[in-house]
Amino acid sequence: MLVQGIKSRPEYKGLDIDPHAKRHLFVLEGEGAAALTAQVELKDTDFLAKSEILYLAAGAAPKAYDVVLSALSPDVFWQAPTLQPLLFRLRACLEQAQMGTRLYIAGTEGFIGQIMQVALEFGIDFNSIHTEHRGSTARRVQCVHCKGITDNVTTSPFACTHCGLPLLVRDHYSRRLGAFQGVNIDAEEPGTAPAPEEMFP
Amino acid sequence: MTITFRSETFRDDFTFRNSLYNIRRFPFPFDRDEYMYSVNMEPHIRGKADSVFENLIDVDEHYVAEMQDRAMVLKEDPLRCQALPHMMAAQWDVLELLMEHQAQDYPEHFTLEKNGDRWRWINRPMGIDDTFTFGDPSTLPYPPMEYITRQAQGDFCIVDQRDNNLWMDAGMVTTQADWSLDFDIGMNFMEWHGPVPLAHQIGVFDRALKFLLNLQQGKPTRRLNWTMTVNPRLDTSPENYHKWGPDRTTVTPENVGEKMHLRVELQSLWRLPRSNAILFVIRCYLISLDELVTVPKWGRRLPRVLKSLPPEIVDYKGLTRNRPIMIDWLAKYDDGAPTSAGIYPD
Repeated sequence: MLVQGIKSRPEYKGLDIDPHAKRHLFVLEGEGAAALTAQVELKDTDFLAKSEILYLAAGAAPKAYDVVLSALSPDVFWQAPTLQPLLFRLRACLEQAQMGTRLYIAGTEGFIGQIMQVALEFGIDFNSIHTEHRGSTARRVQCVHCKGITDNVTTSPFACTHCGLPLLVRDHYSRRLGAFQGVNIDAEEPGTAPAPEEMFP
Repeated sequence: MTITFRSETFRDDFTFRNSLYNIRRFPFPFDRDEYMYSVNMEPHIRGKADSVFENLIDVDEHYVAEMQDRAMVLKEDPLRCQALPHMMAAQWDVLELLMEHQAQDYPEHFTLEKNGDRWRWINRPMGIDDTFTFGDPSTLPYPPMEYITRQAQGDFCIVDQRDNNLWMDAGMVTTQADWSLDFDIGMNFMEWHGPVPLAHQIGVFDRALKFLLNLQQGKPTRRLNWTMTVNPRLDTSPENYHKWGPDRTTVTPENVGEKMHLRVELQSLWRLPRSNAILFVIRCYLISLDELVTVPKWGRRLPRVLKSLPPEIVDYKGLTRNRPIMIDWLAKYDDGAPTSAGIYPD
């Protein structure tokens, strides 16, 4: 479960299928595949014929969700080896997207944030995007000092992978950056940072 | 009145000081002997002569030095000034508002001449004399908000209004009390106030937002906010926290009067005419404890306020380490006598 009550963090309300959409674009990562299969179990499956699924297995590769998703027989199923080609393909999809396309994102929070960033660039209202958090609660964190972003942060404090400062992960999230804020924890007395504690498993 | 501008620094050797005149006009933020968050807004109208409320855009003896410090911050970190693309009309609104107020209230120092869209702006303290076309950014050396806020004291945020919310969509922020424009730009009112403790729960932000959504043109509003800063440092940004954070360990009972500064923000909010955005001015005033206790009422009241603070506020304002030293040092200025209501010296 994600920590509740962070005012600046988006609410991930779930991948509710929009019955009025002309086309459904699903961008899923790892355990996010299960967010879609849960919908398929609940709903009429007609929407699948109008669906395009972009999938990144990431840490969930051993679970072979790709086989499950492909077996749903969507209009398009495409699997990315890593995030970068996924983002490239997503841009291509959004370039060509027509009115009536609904975007759905499911996976870890860092993944949702990065897909959301691309969608915002294309002028999609973030309120219209259906999102569901699945998998690890690891955070994507921007160092407020050097501005470098570290992915999959599970502890606080942690060492910035760019400038090396030990950072406290604040409960403050920027949708524009798709990241939480990391602030030097021992700024007042360098060298006194507490040991990292597993906070976001 | 002609202001004598001080030559001083807000970093390194910290030569910033307030004149006797400036101490008396300091916006002491506590109108009683205790403090809690509230929607403490009042109309931003002209107040007493020789107070910071005398003019609605206040220019004081620190003007030139503050502008020099801002220029240094921007050289180190250009991200302190940002505007999202849809904010250009609001940027021109801000340029007009600040030029008109400064020229009207300080004619010895600033002149604005308008000939249709062709404007001439003279800023004597900074040696600027520019003619430009209002509405055409290519005729200015910087985008309009950056141009004028390099010549106006205080931080400036331009807040867009849509979907029944306010959005932090542009700003010039170099004298901030530990918040990051680069991180918060694009956020709505509740989001950018996310980290503030207690106030959400007591409904302060709900009420403040409702109030601000109805802010009318020509009727600006204001409130005071405060924190404390070690050394008269304007740039207490989170970006540079690892550089100024160690200052907090340098305070001793011997130097606390000189080192510890009450930092007050005079926040004023203005509805802008073309864009319907809101200009949020966060003007920072600094005063050392040594200077502050020269006003007996303030010397009595400040230790009482510091003692009354809830622990969440002590933590959020970064006072945990030095509050006991301050309270001990200030004790000798509190003889237990009652204090008069309101913020002004007796």
